[in-house]
Amino acid sequence: MSFLAITRATLAKDIRLEWRSKDAINAMLFFSLLVVVIFSFAFDPTAEESRRIAGGLVWVAFLFAAIVALNQTWARELRNQVLDAYRVSPAPAIPLFISKAVGNFVFVAVLEALMTPLFIAFYKLRALGPAWQLLPIALLGTWALVVNGTFFAAMSLRTRAREIMLPLLLFPLSIPALLGMVNSTTAVLTGESSPTFWIALLVAYDVVFTVACLLLFETVLEAE
Amino acid sequence: MIPDPQHYYLYSAYILTWAIHGTYLFILARKAKRVRKEIERLKRSG
Amino acid sequence: MKHGFTVLAVITAVLLSFALYTALVMAPVEQTMGNVYRIFYYHVPSAIVAFGLFFINFGASLVYLIRRNTKADMLALVCAEVGVVFCTVNLITGSIWARPVWGIWWTWDMRLTLTLVLWLIYVSYLVLRRFSTSSQTALLAAVLAIFGALDVPLVYFSIWFFRTQHPSPVMGGGGSLDPHMGYALLLNFVAFAFLAWLVCWTRYRLEVAQRAVHEAEAMQSLMEGAR
Repeated sequence: MSFLAITRATLAKDIRLEWRSKDAINAMLFFSLLVVVIFSFAFDPTAEESRRIAGGLVWVAFLFAAIVALNQTWARELRNQVLDAYRVSPAPAIPLFISKAVGNFVFVAVLEALMTPLFIAFYKLRALGPAWQLLPIALLGTWALVVNGTFFAAMSLRTRAREIMLPLLLFPLSIPALLGMVNSTTAVLTGESSPTFWIALLVAYDVVFTVACLLLFETVLEAE
Repeated sequence: MIPDPQHYYLYSAYILTWAIHGTYLFILARKAKRVRKEIERLKRSG
Repeated sequence: MKHGFTVLAVITAVLLSFALYTALVMAPVEQTMGNVYRIFYYHVPSAIVAFGLFFINFGASLVYLIRRNTKADMLALVCAEVGVVFCTVNLITGSIWARPVWGIWWTWDMRLTLTLVLWLIYVSYLVLRRFSTSSQTALLAAVLAIFGALDVPLVYFSIWFFRTQHPSPVMGGGGSLDPHMGYALLLNFVAFAFLAWLVCWTRYRLEVAQRAVHEAEAMQSLMEGAR
């Protein structure tokens, strides 16, 4: 099968399986809602202040939701020893990684799409800068979290305390991406500065780490 | 030497530096002792 | 081997004592900060040594990734551990220095932030090594080290831009250095570099011994199982 066909097949399988286990999706959605509500109770700013801090709050909330989603990613594969099958088969590792990462991306994006209107409502958010820029920021930022998250989730499979290893490995490395996401969002919301540099940083981050993950995933998968 | 509250910062910085290095070396010494005991045990039983 | 180690230990002890004396007594007093500035004779060399060790770790990790050479892996582990120790010293002395000079325990300036991020990355590296259940821990750790190295320039640029937008006090100042201070700084740097060498050598020997013991124990339980 061709590269693209393998990727598509794996992705379709993942989405089908997720859809069948609707319980997990619903639990995740409810968790995301809870995160937004808790944050709103904890930080109750005026409309003026909220534009300054919302960037940080929103992305931290997305980060937590992403971690929970990512931890689930490989759990199912592990349960059914799918990974061992992959290692033994001649199928290349890259399509597996891409389909997993894209699947996670779709999943986390759905969660974000759910959480965003709630944040807007609770914090009375209104972008003073060019609001359309929030879309590329969201896409780039989410990919930054998901690409490394998927990679480290695979790495964490070979550790004890698997669930804590993922955020432990992911957070330090994601700091520049986080700075990028938060500051660009704040720049757009407050309209006080240009998000261009931060968006460029996000692009650089995404390119560097996507390439690194693609090149090194096979190595990690082989490490039994 | 002028007794200067700032000196507390200076001395605590230096003392903490050696405390940190000392702690690490102490941990290494403990591990080394354990390894030596293991080697003895292996020599005896092997 | 044993001889060389003892010689190194003696030289290190002598250097450190003399460097300490130089830092506290011989170096001149600074105009604006008074005697507190002397912290920088411990703070700056620790930073340079820590970054140097992390750099060696990166090189050793690359070598391991390409050649699967055990010695490279052990060197990587040793440099990471000792690097974290020196980095911790750097962060703490930096914080203690900031308090009397700037009135704050922390600031997001370029150097401190970069140091903190490196510290976080390498602590996570050490945690991975400790928690890994894989038989190829070395490989996973090497991959993480590569990721860390890729991250560093990105961290640098993000903090650089952040700081141009939110300027904050610069730690350690810039400007010209009195030659006597420069001499004291260099001496302390050499002393701490020797200390790092000594500690790394110690840790390396310990690692060699530990791995040999593990192998021997594994052999033993294998043979007992066969009986």
